[in-house]
Amino acid sequence: MAYNLKEAAKKPERLTGGHRLCAGCGAPVVVRQILRALKPEDHAVIGSATGCLEVSTFLYPYTAWKDSFIHNAFENSAASIAGAEAAYVAMKRKGKAKDETKFIAFGGDGGTYDIGLQALSGAMERGHDMLYVCYDNGAYMNTGIQRSSATPKYADTTTSPAGKKIPGKMQTRKDLTEIMANHHLPYVCQTAAIGNMKDLYEKAEKALYTKGATFMNVLAPCPRGWQYNTPDLMELNKLAVETCYWPLYEVIDGKYIINYKPKNKLPIRDFLKVQGRFKHLFKAGNEYMIEEIQAEVDKRWEALLKLAGEEA
Amino acid sequence: MAIRERMSGNEAMAVAMKQINPDVVAAFPITPSTEVPQYFSTFVADGVVDTEFVAVESEHSALSACVGAQAAGGRAMTATSANGLALMWEILYIAACSRLPIVMACVNRTLSGPLNIHNDHSDSMGARDSGWIQLYSENNQEAYDNMLMANRIGEHPDVMLPVMVCQDGFITSHAIENLELLEDDKVKAFVGEYNPKEYLLNKENPISVGPLDLQAHCFEHKRQQAQAMMNAKKVILEVSAEFAKLTGRSYGLFEEYMTEDADVCMVVLNSTAGTAKYVVDQYRAAGKKVGLIKPRVFRPFPVDELTAALSKFKAIAVMDKADSFNAAGGPLFTEITSAMFGKGVVAPKVINYIYGLGGRDVRSGDLEIVFNKLLEIASTGKVDSVYNYLGVRE
Repeated sequence: MAYNLKEAAKKPERLTGGHRLCAGCGAPVVVRQILRALKPEDHAVIGSATGCLEVSTFLYPYTAWKDSFIHNAFENSAASIAGAEAAYVAMKRKGKAKDETKFIAFGGDGGTYDIGLQALSGAMERGHDMLYVCYDNGAYMNTGIQRSSATPKYADTTTSPAGKKIPGKMQTRKDLTEIMANHHLPYVCQTAAIGNMKDLYEKAEKALYTKGATFMNVLAPCPRGWQYNTPDLMELNKLAVETCYWPLYEVIDGKYIINYKPKNKLPIRDFLKVQGRFKHLFKAGNEYMIEEIQAEVDKRWEALLKLAGEEA
Repeated sequence: MAIRERMSGNEAMAVAMKQINPDVVAAFPITPSTEVPQYFSTFVADGVVDTEFVAVESEHSALSACVGAQAAGGRAMTATSANGLALMWEILYIAACSRLPIVMACVNRTLSGPLNIHNDHSDSMGARDSGWIQLYSENNQEAYDNMLMANRIGEHPDVMLPVMVCQDGFITSHAIENLELLEDDKVKAFVGEYNPKEYLLNKENPISVGPLDLQAHCFEHKRQQAQAMMNAKKVILEVSAEFAKLTGRSYGLFEEYMTEDADVCMVVLNSTAGTAKYVVDQYRAAGKKVGLIKPRVFRPFPVDELTAALSKFKAIAVMDKADSFNAAGGPLFTEITSAMFGKGVVAPKVINYIYGLGGRDVRSGDLEIVFNKLLEIASTGKVDSVYNYLGVRE
C-alpha cells in the first residue's frame, strides 16, 4: 500500500505520550515514525542505549513503550537485542515462542558512533535478524552536550567549546553510514524526518522486514545542543537534506541508491546560521570555517554520487 | 546408572551445559576458559543441543547478550576468566539487579596486570560484591555438579539471581580426572524448564526492563536484591539435598574435613583444598589435630554456619589466592574475621596467608608451613604476624 501520512498516523502509538523528551527534540518523532512501519500484529522487542531516549521514556515506575523494551547499558544496545533475538530463535525452535517478533535497537550517536561501535559492529557482522537505529543528534546531549565523533567540525560543545584560541571541535565527523555499508549488510540507509516523513517510513519498513541485520542512521536534531527554536525542528531536518549535509540514501545488498537529489543544493551556511552552536562561525574573520565546511560537504556528496554511479 | 567418565574440568562444565541445553550461550575466547565455548560450539555444530551459540566480539557483549536473552525469556549461559570477567564488570551488576538468573562458568585466572594466564582468584574475588551467587569447586566433579545445580538455585522464585561457578584455571580446568556424569534425561528432569513469570517475548504482557530508577525506588530495589541473596542460602541447601538424593554426592555451604576434634583449621577454596587434605591426612597420621574447611558458597556468605564451625578451633589460617592490596588481609580473611567478630566468636586466633598468586605452585610443603605455624599458635597462644605471604621470594 502506498504511503499516506494520515493513514500511518492513525495506527495506535507504540511510543505513547507522557514521555519526558524535550519539545522540539528529533528523537521521539523518529522513533514513533519507525514504529508505525511495524505491522500492527507483530510484537516488538525494543532496546535503547543509555541516553536521552532511555531516561525520558522509562523512568520507574512509568514506561512509554507499548512493546517490550530493554535498556541494559550505554554501549551494548546492539548486543542486548542480539541476545534477545538469539533467545527468540532458540525458543522458536523449541516451540516456546510463537508470535512474530521484530527486534529493534536504538542508540544515540554517542552510544553508536563511539562507545557502542564495537557491539554494533559485532551484532551486524553476526547477522542477527534485527534493526539497529542510530538517532544522530551529533553530541552527548543527555550528559550536557559533549562532543562525539558525530559532532560536525567547528561545533561549539561543552567539551569542544568555541574558545579564544580553539574555535570549537577541530575534527570532521565520522561517516558511520559508510562504516555500516562496508559491513555488507542487506540493508543500510540514511534518512531524516522530512516533509510527510515518507522517506523515513518507507526505509523503516524495508529495514524492519528485510531478513538479517539492518541499519538506519537517522538525523535527530537537538534543540538544546544545536540551539534552535523548538518549533523549527522540521525546518532543521529539511535544511540538512537540502544542503546535502545529510543526504538521503540507501545501500541495498551493496547497491547505492540516492533517494533525493536537491534541484538547487542550498549553501551550508543556511543550515549553520539557524543553530547557536555555529554562532561563532558568523563573526568577521571566521568565513574560512564556513568555506571549509562547505568544501567538506561537497566532497562527501560527490563521493556519494560516485558510489551511486551518478554525475554531480 | 551414573556414567563413569574421564575428562578435564572445562569439558565437564561444557558437558553440563550440553545436558542443560540452554537457549543461548554467548561467549568469547580467553585462556583458560576458551575450551568451554569450544566444546559447546561443537555440540551446536553437531546438532546435539537446541542452543543458539552467539560468538560475540567481546566479553562485554557476551554478558550483554546473555542479559538480552535471559530477559527475553530464555536460559542464557556464558564462560570466562580474568580480564574477560573484568570486561563484563559493568554488566555483572546489571544482570544481578535485573534479577536475571544467568549462569556463568568462571575459570579462575589471575587478573592482569601483569599479564598472566595462570590460576589465582583475583578475578572472581573482585566480583564478589556484584550480586552474583558464587560457588567454588575443588575438582572436575564439583565443577560439573555445581553447574548442574546453578540454574535451579538462580531461577528459584525467592532468588532470581545470576550464578557464577568457579574452578581453578589449568589446575582443574585442563587436568583430566575421573568423574561421574548423570544421564541426560536425569539432568533434564532435575534442571527442569525455565518458565519466567515475565519476559520480553510475551506478546500478551509486554514488559520494560532496565529503568532509570532514582531516589524514590532504587533503594527498595537494592533491598529486594539483598533479600534475594539472603534467601539463596536456604535454596542452595534444598537444591543440594535434592541433588544428593539423585547422585549420592552431598554438598553444603562448605565442606569440613577432619574438623571434629581439630585444634587448628585451614580455610581454603578450590583445588588447593585437595592438596591440603593430603597434608591433613599426613598430620593426622602423626597424631596432630589439624582440620580443613573448604567454602563452597562464598556468595551468599554463610556467616552463621561458618562462624559456628570455626568457633571451636584454637587457631585458624585463612588462605587467600587473591590480595586485597589493603595492607591488611585478603578478601576471604577479612570477610571471615569480620563475620566472627560480628557473631562474638573471638576466641580463635586467626591468621591470613596470601598464596599462589599468578599461578605459583602450592605444594604440600607450603601448606605444612601453615599447619606448623597454627600448631605453634595453638600451643603458645601467641600470634606474631596476622597478614602473611606464602611461597614468595622477599
